Amino acid sequence: MEIKWYIGLAVALFCIGVTGVLTRRNAIIVFMCIELMLNAVNLLLVAFSKMHALAAPATADFVTRASEAQVFVFFIMVVAAAEVSVGLAIIVMLYRNTHSVDVNFLNRLKN
Amino acid sequence: MNAIITTAVWGVVMMFGGVFFKGKDTPRYAAIAGIILVLIANCLEMNDQVFFSPDLHRMFEFKPFGLLFNAVAFACTLLYFLLNGRDVARVGSNVSEYFALIFFVLCGVSIASSFNTLLTLFLGIEIMSIPLYILTGSDKRNLKSNEAALKYFLMGSFSTGILLLGIAFIYGGNELASFNINDLNLAGRMPAMIGVGMLLVLIALAFKVSAAPFHFWTPDVYDGAPTVFTSFMATIVKAAGFIAFLRLFSKSFGVLHEQWQIFIAIITAATLVIGNLTAVFQQSVKRMLAYSSIAQAGFMLFAIFALNDDAREGLILYSAAYSLATIGLFAILIRLEDYTIEGFNGLGKRSPVLGVTAVIFLLSLTGVPGTAGFMGKFYMLMAALKNGHHTWLVITAVLMAAVSAYYYFRVIQAMFFREAGTLSAEPRDITPGFKLLLIVAAALVIMIGLYPEMLLYWLHS
Repeated sequence: MEIKWYIGLAVALFCIGVTGVLTRRNAIIVFMCIELMLNAVNLLLVAFSKMHALAAPATADFVTRASEAQVFVFFIMVVAAAEVSVGLAIIVMLYRNTHSVDVNFLNRLKN
Repeated sequence: MNAIITTAVWGVVMMFGGVFFKGKDTPRYAAIAGIILVLIANCLEMNDQVFFSPDLHRMFEFKPFGLLFNAVAFACTLLYFLLNGRDVARVGSNVSEYFALIFFVLCGVSIASSFNTLLTLFLGIEIMSIPLYILTGSDKRNLKSNEAALKYFLMGSFSTGILLLGIAFIYGGNELASFNINDLNLAGRMPAMIGVGMLLVLIALAFKVSAAPFHFWTPDVYDGAPTVFTSFMATIVKAAGFIAFLRLFSKSFGVLHEQWQIFIAIITAATLVIGNLTAVFQQSVKRMLAYSSIAQAGFMLFAIFALNDDAREGLILYSAAYSLATIGLFAILIRLEDYTIEGFNGLGKRSPVLGVTAVIFLLSLTGVPGTAGFMGKFYMLMAALKNGHHTWLVITAVLMAAVSAYYYFRVIQAMFFREAGTLSAEPRDITPGFKLLLIVAAALVIMIGLYPEMLLYWLHS
């Protein structure tokens, strides 16, 4: 399959994530949309990795390099997990104080 | 390498130390000892003494520039710990953990100043950001702190997503299939995929360093976070963001400087104008300093705009000048309790040492000759002029520096030309040691302003 389909899919997923972040008001759903953005990038990285590996002369060095992106994906997963633990803690803390997870609440700070 | 290892190890020590430390002041002393250790380790590396050098597979590159920035960041953190250690303890009961998180942020700072692949760039920026989300929300019962933490967290992870998409596109467009920032091989032309990736990374980094039009989260977050941590976030972490920005754009995209320079020029002008003009209308000094940090970010963006040796030297000078002055001002502000400008009324008479040092810090932020801030601004503008085009940007910057004088001088006026109201609370906890440290910080600001070579010498030795 051509790479453009993968790019299209990943960018579509990413845009769904961005739209969700910008329009949804529930903090948990906003948070899920951010995770969707990160996973779209994971998909794109794996696709590019495969593309580079296929396009290249099969020397050992190049194959290692092309698989670097797949290692990158693991790093993104780990960082995303760390972000989840911090983010959920923040949301729980907010819920304890306000009994709501509505993002609209954030506008109070301006005054 | 030394800095990355010692900060990470000491962060873990502080984290577990929380269980064993008995005295009330022990975490603070441990943190001060730790930051001195980190500073020494970093200075040893500047003299080519590395603890151990594993094969890093070109993931990092330790050059005098990054190491000097580390040294500046650690020295400012040392000053910050000495000035504000007691106030950190006042935020909540988990003192040791707050210090541990600050050490983890410093680990991220030292990665961001020496990364050599897009992977380490991403990790460095995340290690800097994630502990900061926690520190922002550390005042758990305070609604403002909660909101600031959630806002910072959502904005931060959103920009991380954009950064990652940019990195993925840069990787996809790179025929060498490498994440190394030196391997881009652009040679005068920009493939579409790398162009898109570069723009996305530019937007994400502009988010992180709060450059306009991506600055909207900054005032709320800086205002809501506990003031001690605002002081740290607005200075050292922001400067580290700029170092990462400069490093990536000079190494990877430096060849095509002319093609993207105009984007940076627009962002710089917008940041300068928006930051300075909104700062004028603020009544709270804390919020004014938040906007002023946006305005100062505009000047630091000149380094990425000009991208020459003067800009590099200027960025080091600017980070030192800006961090010293802002940390000093925040330290005074925390002791005042009343964050409005009226809170400063008559401070010059009530406590001359605080008043005079605050004046020196404010003058440095304005950029009055003889202070470090002037030298920083001077190097930045000189770099931009040497670069040739876009003189209009330099003119905008000078005009905006004049505007900034208005809101900085308003505080000076309150301190020296207004009588203290009957309700004004006395600044609390002013020990002789605190005064001495403020004098040392003010002296450093003037020393760097008069002899910038003192700092820049280490870049060339």
